[in-house]
Amino acid sequence: MTTEVKHITEYPVYAKVLIGLLVLTTFTILVPWLDLTAFTALIALVLASTKAGIVMTYFMHLKVEYILLKILVIMVLAIYVSVIILTFSDYIFR
Amino acid sequence: MTGNTNLHEEPSYLIDTGKRKGIMAWLTTTDHKRIGLLYLWSIMVFFIVGGILGETMRTELFKPGQQFYGPQTYNAIFTLHGLIMIFLIVIPGLSVVFGNFVMPIMIGANDVAFPRLNLFAWYLYILGAAVVVISQFTGNGPPDTGWTFYAPYSTQTHTNVIAAVSGAFILGFSSILTGINFIVTIHRLRTPGMGFFKMPLLPWAIYATAWIQVLATPVIGITLLMIIAERMFHIGFFDPALGGDPVLYQHLFWIYSHPAVYIMILPAMGVITEIIPTFCQKQIYGYKAIAISSLAIAGVGYFVWGHHMFTSGMSKEAIWTFSLLTFLVAVPSAIKVFNWVATMYKGSIDLKPPLLYAIAFIFLFSIGGLTGLIQGALATDIQVHDTSFVVAHFHYIIFGGVGFAFLGAIHYWYPKMFGRMYNIRVANVAWGFLFIGFNLLYFPQFIIGIEGMPRRYFDYLPQFTWAQQISTIGGYILGIGFIILIVNLFRKNGAKATSNPWGGKTFEWQLPSPPPMENFATPPAVPDNPYDYD
Ligand SMILES: [Cu+2]
Repeated sequence: MTTEVKHITEYPVYAKVLIGLLVLTTFTILVPWLDLTAFTALIALVLASTKAGIVMTYFMHLKVEYILLKILVIMVLAIYVSVIILTFSDYIFR
Repeated sequence: MTGNTNLHEEPSYLIDTGKRKGIMAWLTTTDHKRIGLLYLWSIMVFFIVGGILGETMRTELFKPGQQFYGPQTYNAIFTLHGLIMIFLIVIPGLSVVFGNFVMPIMIGANDVAFPRLNLFAWYLYILGAAVVVISQFTGNGPPDTGWTFYAPYSTQTHTNVIAAVSGAFILGFSSILTGINFIVTIHRLRTPGMGFFKMPLLPWAIYATAWIQVLATPVIGITLLMIIAERMFHIGFFDPALGGDPVLYQHLFWIYSHPAVYIMILPAMGVITEIIPTFCQKQIYGYKAIAISSLAIAGVGYFVWGHHMFTSGMSKEAIWTFSLLTFLVAVPSAIKVFNWVATMYKGSIDLKPPLLYAIAFIFLFSIGGLTGLIQGALATDIQVHDTSFVVAHFHYIIFGGVGFAFLGAIHYWYPKMFGRMYNIRVANVAWGFLFIGFNLLYFPQFIIGIEGMPRRYFDYLPQFTWAQQISTIGGYILGIGFIILIVNLFRKNGAKATSNPWGGKTFEWQLPSPPPMENFATPPAVPDNPYDYD
């Protein structure tokens, strides 16, 4: 179909990603201790999404993929975010 | 048709050419056409079981009070009827049978992108079905929750919910794999020169469906696991006594199960869109509008699930939002209906069985759709919620819509699949029985639903007797129609089918009937317009 371009990610990049993930995990563990009540879950979810984003970008090579694939992934995320917002339109106002 | 090099004399896909013969050749096949037929046979067997269960319920309801089985059995039977009809028949339905059989041919491909994954998905489907069957005979009796497994009852009933839920979970995986397979197939295997807007409209519909399968099904998977966790470890997702929320179950369940309705209906709409131009010998009206409306239905369809929950105690802000969104999703469906009718206008209409089913589809689907709006409107929904009005509504959509489209599709592609014709007059008679029986069966349920006949009730007040009896008689007429239909399709004395008996324009009609194992010896030439009749 199209000519395959080989993308080689260098080890230092992977190492930095690993350190980043470990730092974020530490935050995840520390957040409940800060006693932020309702925000605890929100911050934990943001941290988890950030980690997932990093994994997709580097380990799953989304960074170097075709634009079409990036659009599809963004579309999927948009749908899930909308679904969660709609669900909370019940919980917040109930 | 001129200059077509694909009408060559290769052995048909029905003839075993590999090293395995007979049943083993079928059970190990990776050919999309054979896998389509594997699904067709499986679905037919399950449909006969589910149909007989339905007929027993109609017989039980012929008179008030108990005829021949009691309330607990009735609960178990409508649960199994729902599980079979929804999870084993209409969710895979047209997508796995005709999406497998004709979609790759329509885009000029020789198979799907992942043929082995395709076969694996069929095995998962059979495994899931087997687990559902096992759930009926093990544990403390068959589940009595209804196919929706609503919490908190599903977490408390002593019946065998865990096994049934596990079966549905496995079926979900089969559905996801099929969805991934079809998305990749349509992106990667279109024949050179076929852009998205040169594809026929069934592949468009299958494509939109596949996205819903991939994105929505994981939600039901997680939800079903949560039921199992709640039952086994008393975690408290849904049980208020443990700090849970039963409405959360309804959210999670319908986040999947409303889009699942579009998994069922979109391929049906795709089939109707193929049948109508062929039997009117006319260019489809509004090609792009139909293609885009499939995506619009899939997209907006994610955001309307709350219309199943207007009486659940959800916040009124959410209720308003979901009601508005529900009215919006009716628009792309209506676009399709208008375009089909506009296609038929001034066409040279040939009332062959496939077109009869397509016309019945438009009629029944419209009744189902318009009664859906009654439930989308907040005030009227309170009146009809959980009554037989809802039962009538979704049978008009699922059976009158998806079911009739499935039968239309079988009568349309039957010559291509099996290389021979069926008796057209007998097929028309069967259609008449089905159409009359269907309306007698379900229309009275609208009326007594408005009058307050609850759904899922084993017994009823005497004033509903007249309608229940018309329904039961309609159910028997429907059954007779199916017997005539099946006998007609199984009689092996039909004439040999030509490659293009209906005068269709899409690629499958350029191949011999039945097609060879490798569909295309040379890539077919792509026309600018897949429905170029004028
Ligand atoms: Cu719905």
